[in-house]
Amino acid sequence: MKPMMSGLTAMLAATLTMVVGAEQGVFDEYRAMMGDDNPAIFVIDEGEEYWFEPAGPNQVTFEQCDLGLGAGVVEGAYAQLPRYFSDADQVMDLEARLVFCMVELQGRTREQIHAKPYSLRGDLGTEMEALVVWIAEQSSGTAVAPAQDHPKERAMYSLGERLFYYRAGPHDFSCATCHGQADKRIRLQALANLSTHEGAAEAYTTWPAYRNSEGLVRTMGWRMRDCFRQQRLPELIMGSEASVALQMFLAVNAAGADMAVPGLKR
Amino acid sequence: MLKHLLIAWFLVTPVSGLANSAADSLIDSMTAKNQATMDRLQQDEVQRLCSKSRAEEGGSDALAATREQAMKRIEYPIDGQYLGDWASGAKVASNGRGLQYSDDPEAPNGGNCYACHQLDPREVAFGTLGPSLTGYGARGQSEPVIKYTWVKLWNTHAYNICSHMPRFGAQGILTEQQLKDVMAYLLDPDSPVNQPIDVLNE
Repeated sequence: MKPMMSGLTAMLAATLTMVVGAEQGVFDEYRAMMGDDNPAIFVIDEGEEYWFEPAGPNQVTFEQCDLGLGAGVVEGAYAQLPRYFSDADQVMDLEARLVFCMVELQGRTREQIHAKPYSLRGDLGTEMEALVVWIAEQSSGTAVAPAQDHPKERAMYSLGERLFYYRAGPHDFSCATCHGQADKRIRLQALANLSTHEGAAEAYTTWPAYRNSEGLVRTMGWRMRDCFRQQRLPELIMGSEASVALQMFLAVNAAGADMAVPGLKR
Repeated sequence: MLKHLLIAWFLVTPVSGLANSAADSLIDSMTAKNQATMDRLQQDEVQRLCSKSRAEEGGSDALAATREQAMKRIEYPIDGQYLGDWASGAKVASNGRGLQYSDDPEAPNGGNCYACHQLDPREVAFGTLGPSLTGYGARGQSEPVIKYTWVKLWNTHAYNICSHMPRFGAQGILTEQQLKDVMAYLLDPDSPVNQPIDVLNE
């Protein structure tokens, strides 16, 4: 009985590998077929419009917004974030920096900006999503190189690492529960080991991304928020310290890999 | 006096200007939403001890003591019945909802077993974070097997401290009846978990 069972199990395992392989293969084929045709291109155009559109009580554009490479410099800016900004005395990711510019340059309120930064299913997309994907796209092909010179930048990485392993909530989940091992999956979804260079690079360089299942562009900050939702924890605030710290952890682990955005996800 | 206060300030304020601990940072970075309340960010002993990379974990006395404590606090069914209905258990195993701020707090929680384990061999969408449990019933239904399985579901840390698996009983994720149903799904010979695929006929 036993040898027969293990024979069946082996055949079954082979069948399953084929099924799962086929699932992944179909999406890879789809991705290849799409080539550079990512539906996110329409959102990218929208992002450009937002950048050059006077907004807020001050009716100014983002052209005086410094993303780390000087006022108005967008090319290559995403790849060197998160980084320390002396005018804010804070380490910021792109979302935190855009909020800073919306408040300081355009005179908008934090409450208004944070009211709905990310789309809900069925929405057409938000200003933040459009700006992020337009800016990030201009780092495509640029190597990830987050700053680690300032003590606050190094502290941010170290905090991100601690947060990555921090287990909490009714299910005892941490980021590492799902993203701390290689070659694992949840249901059929393959998981990257984000504590390694390869895994972090695979994830970090492909966000922001167009999510087929939602028909929306999603940012890395949204991805963090949604992971915490699944961890059964409260809602992560966009651009918050924990959001920036985790993105710093990923970016430093991914350093050297080329950005390939917008990504195209299931 | 002022001098002492200043020294104390220097001692407690981190150079980085960042929140002291991961917990403080999360408290500053999150807002409560629906059933996901802020108290969930505070760690208990198991969570605190197990919030390290695998390389840092190791067989310390604290880990051993926490494991023993987990074993002492297991609650067994008062009626002595461990096996419920496998068909209900199948629903618990497939259901990934429960306790997220996006979930209906009135609906029953799922166990989401399939997220990490293979069970019914006909289900192709299974995760691999945990071992395959297909054919689990081959272990039989002796008292040690039944009790082992119950403890594993109730609080996995009683056997395997710092396991990735949730504490379905100890944390109140599943009810006693749901746990019994999952037990049956694993152990009942009629459960699909224990029915091999007939490769030739299907």
